[in-house]
Amino acid sequence: MSFLSEILQTILSGIATGCIYGLVALGFVLIYKATEVVNFAQGEMMVLGAFLAYTFITFLDLPYWVALLLATASLGIFGMLLERVVLRSLIGEPVFSIVMLTIGLGIFIRSVVSMVPSWGTETHGFKTPFADKALRYGELFVSWEHLAIILLTVALIIIIFFFFRFTRIGVAMRATAQNQLAAVYMGISVNRVFSHTWTISAALGGFAGILLSPITFVHMNMGFIGLRALPAAMLGGFESIPGAIAGGIIIGVTESVAGVYLPAGWKDIAAYIILILVLIIRPEGLFGIQKKKKV
Amino acid sequence: MRFLMKRIYYEDIRLFKYRSTFSWYLALVIGCFLLPVLLDDYLISQFTFICIYAIAAVGLMFLTGYTGQISLGHSAFFAIGAYTCAIITTRGGHFMLALPAAGILAGLVGIIIGLPALRLSGLYLAIATMGFAFIVEEILIRWETLTHGSLGMMVEFPSIGSFAFNTENRFYYLTFILLILTIILARNILRSPTGRALIAIRDSEVAAQAIGISLPRYKTMAFAISAFFTGIAGSLYAHKLTFINPESFTIMVSVELLAMIIIGGLGSLHGAVYGAIFVIFLPQLIITTKDYMPSFLRDQTGLEPALYGLLIMLFILFEPMGIYGRWLKIKFYFEMFPLYKKDTFRRERKFYKAERR
Repeated sequence: MSFLSEILQTILSGIATGCIYGLVALGFVLIYKATEVVNFAQGEMMVLGAFLAYTFITFLDLPYWVALLLATASLGIFGMLLERVVLRSLIGEPVFSIVMLTIGLGIFIRSVVSMVPSWGTETHGFKTPFADKALRYGELFVSWEHLAIILLTVALIIIIFFFFRFTRIGVAMRATAQNQLAAVYMGISVNRVFSHTWTISAALGGFAGILLSPITFVHMNMGFIGLRALPAAMLGGFESIPGAIAGGIIIGVTESVAGVYLPAGWKDIAAYIILILVLIIRPEGLFGIQKKKKV
Repeated sequence: MRFLMKRIYYEDIRLFKYRSTFSWYLALVIGCFLLPVLLDDYLISQFTFICIYAIAAVGLMFLTGYTGQISLGHSAFFAIGAYTCAIITTRGGHFMLALPAAGILAGLVGIIIGLPALRLSGLYLAIATMGFAFIVEEILIRWETLTHGSLGMMVEFPSIGSFAFNTENRFYYLTFILLILTIILARNILRSPTGRALIAIRDSEVAAQAIGISLPRYKTMAFAISAFFTGIAGSLYAHKLTFINPESFTIMVSVELLAMIIIGGLGSLHGAVYGAIFVIFLPQLIITTKDYMPSFLRDQTGLEPALYGLLIMLFILFEPMGIYGRWLKIKFYFEMFPLYKKDTFRRERKFYKAERR
């Protein structure tokens, strides 16, 4: 295999992983924009989504696409409940309380997942329609699993774009993200917007988890990928939706290139090294807008 | 109810508010010195862990509780302290040299981390320091000539001269004395101009700047002090475990430390100690209550972390001021006795006031 096609191959698989990071990062960004909270349990939404899909496919014999939709929808409901029961009473608390709360939530969800019968601590897998197939173009060899991730992410981004541009809820969410007080004066129920935000973000996390499971398989520690998506969100400036996806892809590609061309160990910390460099040079992120502090 | 009459400014920053406070603390210290007589080796070893974690929690309290900078990277300082001490003592260095060296090296790294952190705040800082913790963990695994990688290192009991701290009781006394020294030092730093500058930065960076506090200087200082204490705690931890490998210093250590200071009560040294006691005794508590649980729950390995996560959540939801805050409220209730109003401690909300009142 020539060098060129090897590097293209590496970049393509990096883009696929990067799309997952991007989706998880998008979950972070949506919640942060609306509520100024970072959900450190976003990775656990991936775990829940993947395990639900696994259950639907393996035990209920549902087709992949139905399971994908059902699991994503259940995660949405879960996110809504979470917001209502746990997070709503914390609006306006200091940042570290909320960070700690979501970390605690993450630990809780992860350990509960390990306790559920037939989920447990083992690694699972499920059948997907694109298993064992690949697209060949000259020397280039792309598995359908990677391609499906990229295509589904693109589809989802288009849906999200239209959602924010043209639906009433989407516009209300954008307004709230800009200025909560003004949004309230315009008759937007901010509580409801928060609830929608959590719903969408949890569903996104679950969706990302299901997409990722053919590659990493389903296990309880999948959620740590969420911690790799945090640098992605930050790279994108934490407030920008295209930024989150771009940040995710940058991190995914760097990781996969580092995994092939650098000694072992670099792959795992590449994301954080980039993150710290970017924060030193441009603290507002690559796509962020510098904000002046008001007294 | 007692009334405080202050005649000079110095009275505002006295070590002990009332004369009786001093005797209470003295009684507590004497009580802790007598513990090895009363308790068995296992419990003493738990108390040793409490002392070690309390030192680290005091360190983190400096940064998070008093300067308002959140850090998820303290596992790295803990690890740096532990490994420095381990490397120096296994190569024949003296413990009396290794202990301060561990603290100082951690402090220096703290300064290096503090510099880029100057431009960050809140969440950005949390995530940047988390990245730093991951990087340090990876270095510990990969730098095999120095750290033996994931094989880990054996550490001997510390000794001063010919006196070796080789029993549980002796090691307990060592850590306890260091904890007292740490707390006295921390208390004195906090009432000095440096400490008050840190608190000013926590309360309002802009206001602090306006009265002439140099943010870069004091923030790096906070990082250095915080990392120093955590490094000392780390080196004690290495000697306590007698075996360390990079797995003992994952991001979960940072989470535990953060949980300690939040559960204990942010912005108080009492809180750091209470938090350490709580986090160390929580597994014990869970084990003792296990007998009363239904059998399908009892045998789960995930039970302990699940309850741990749940308790963190419940504390933040219902007692955001932590254990120390609850104690203050109870004290206040009795001081005010018939006149206590329920809303005295009602939480104030920073933003989003429009819809609810």
